[in-house]
Amino acid sequence: MANGAALTLGPLRLVARWSLRSADHAGRFTFLMVDMLRGLAEWRIYLPRTVEQAMAVGYGSLFIVLLVAGFAGAVTSLQTGYQFTGTLPLYYAGAVISESMILELGPVLTALILAGRIGARYAAELGTMRVTEQIDALESLGRSPISHLLIPRVLAGLLVVPALTMFANATGIVVGYLTARGSLGLTYADFEYGARYFFRPLDLWYSLIKSYFFAAAVTTIPCYIGYNTQQGAEGVGRSTTAAVVAASVTILLLDALTTKVLLTAK
Amino acid sequence: MIQILNVSKRFLDNVVLDGVSLEVHDGETLALLGPSGVGKSVLLKHINGLLRPDAGDVIVDGLHVPRLKRKELAELRARVGYVFQYGALFDSMTVFENIRLGITDERLYRDEAYCAERVRECLRLVNLAPEVADKFPAELSGGMKKRVGIARAIAGKPKYLLYDEPTSGLDPVNADVIDGLVERLQNELGVTSVVVSHDVRGSFRVADRVALLWQAKIRAVGRPEEFLASQDPAVQQFLERDLDMAVIQTGGDAAREAHGPHL
Repeated sequence: MANGAALTLGPLRLVARWSLRSADHAGRFTFLMVDMLRGLAEWRIYLPRTVEQAMAVGYGSLFIVLLVAGFAGAVTSLQTGYQFTGTLPLYYAGAVISESMILELGPVLTALILAGRIGARYAAELGTMRVTEQIDALESLGRSPISHLLIPRVLAGLLVVPALTMFANATGIVVGYLTARGSLGLTYADFEYGARYFFRPLDLWYSLIKSYFFAAAVTTIPCYIGYNTQQGAEGVGRSTTAAVVAASVTILLLDALTTKVLLTAK
Repeated sequence: MIQILNVSKRFLDNVVLDGVSLEVHDGETLALLGPSGVGKSVLLKHINGLLRPDAGDVIVDGLHVPRLKRKELAELRARVGYVFQYGALFDSMTVFENIRLGITDERLYRDEAYCAERVRECLRLVNLAPEVADKFPAELSGGMKKRVGIARAIAGKPKYLLYDEPTSGLDPVNADVIDGLVERLQNELGVTSVVVSHDVRGSFRVADRVALLWQAKIRAVGRPEEFLASQDPAVQQFLERDLDMAVIQTGGDAAREAHGPHL
């Protein structure tokens, strides 16, 4: 009987503890976001740093984003050829490649890459600054870590991620077309016809809106986790991993949510 | 004047401060002694509001620190220089930029000529050459980092200076240099200082009064000579351990003087 009670209490206690911890994180994350909104008035401080951060993460991420988008376009093109040759008109390949890139592959792949690249960078930088007391030092000088460290990073992400997503879309489509031309003998006229036939302006807006949501996830979550790092080098490692995982999972959740709300809601 | 009134602080189940009360008078240097991990730095961080007490109050210049709003706290911190135990220098910035951040008046901070002059002046005050300004923290020795940390803390011309273990991790020669620096800054700038340390010898050199934090409470406060004469077993135990080390070091110095330099 006692063992049975202990077995029942164990999972209950775990769930209770997990719920409390989640509520604690949610509360602190919300307060941090409110602090960041308040800090927006201090533009003299964060604007120059935002430009610096945007240059660093934007240029630094461009190559890997374009590389992955190029491969995604090429593979989409080859798989389209594999599945539809002989069953559908060739110009459909133009539609599949461009719509796949704009609606899904461009934004999601870019965001997942940047969750690893920018997310890990932000969490590690802020975590290291926390455990080496650099954030305390900033506060002790009467300066706000929010406007000096967090706002520039988040704004830089909000500037850079959508721009990189658009570059990724374009690269994927171009490489997809070149691959289709080489493997399927698709002409530019057919490709353009297919792409235009199924294209709606909403698709591009959808891609852009999604990328803003992803940018928010890629920047705010790692900033929050890094900013609250504890316990030395091990803590920094833990924060970095947690930031990448949490940002990636949030991207997938937001992907499903935005698709439901923006594309399928009646 | 700094008043710490019945301050208590705990981290989970660990009671770090239990009803601690202490006063630091204007213009004096108070050394806060205690074994490692006893909560000296925690107490120091209550003075400039980096930590909030669970109970009790901290009053600086008549302001109740735990009750200050964000802007008021920033204004107070501009008057309180803080020297961190490991320097806490911003490693992505040069020494110049680090010290410049210590200029807490925004109008002066944007004045390039003033900043250049002030950084040079602060480097001079901490006995560092002007060329150090262009280096990054990673290029500096431990002692130099501590001095840059002090330069950053005094750049804003603070009324109060809080030193968190300014000599920890330094060899005796460099520790003496830093102690001398604390003493000189006290004389030249006339600031009110709190020096957290577990180095008895250095503390007695720089402090007007000494306090011992022991088992989450202030165990003793007094002038260095009163402190040395204390019959409190905790004070005696703490002093014996550290002063024994000092005797060993002094003995070593005497031996070196007698026999010439050794490797």
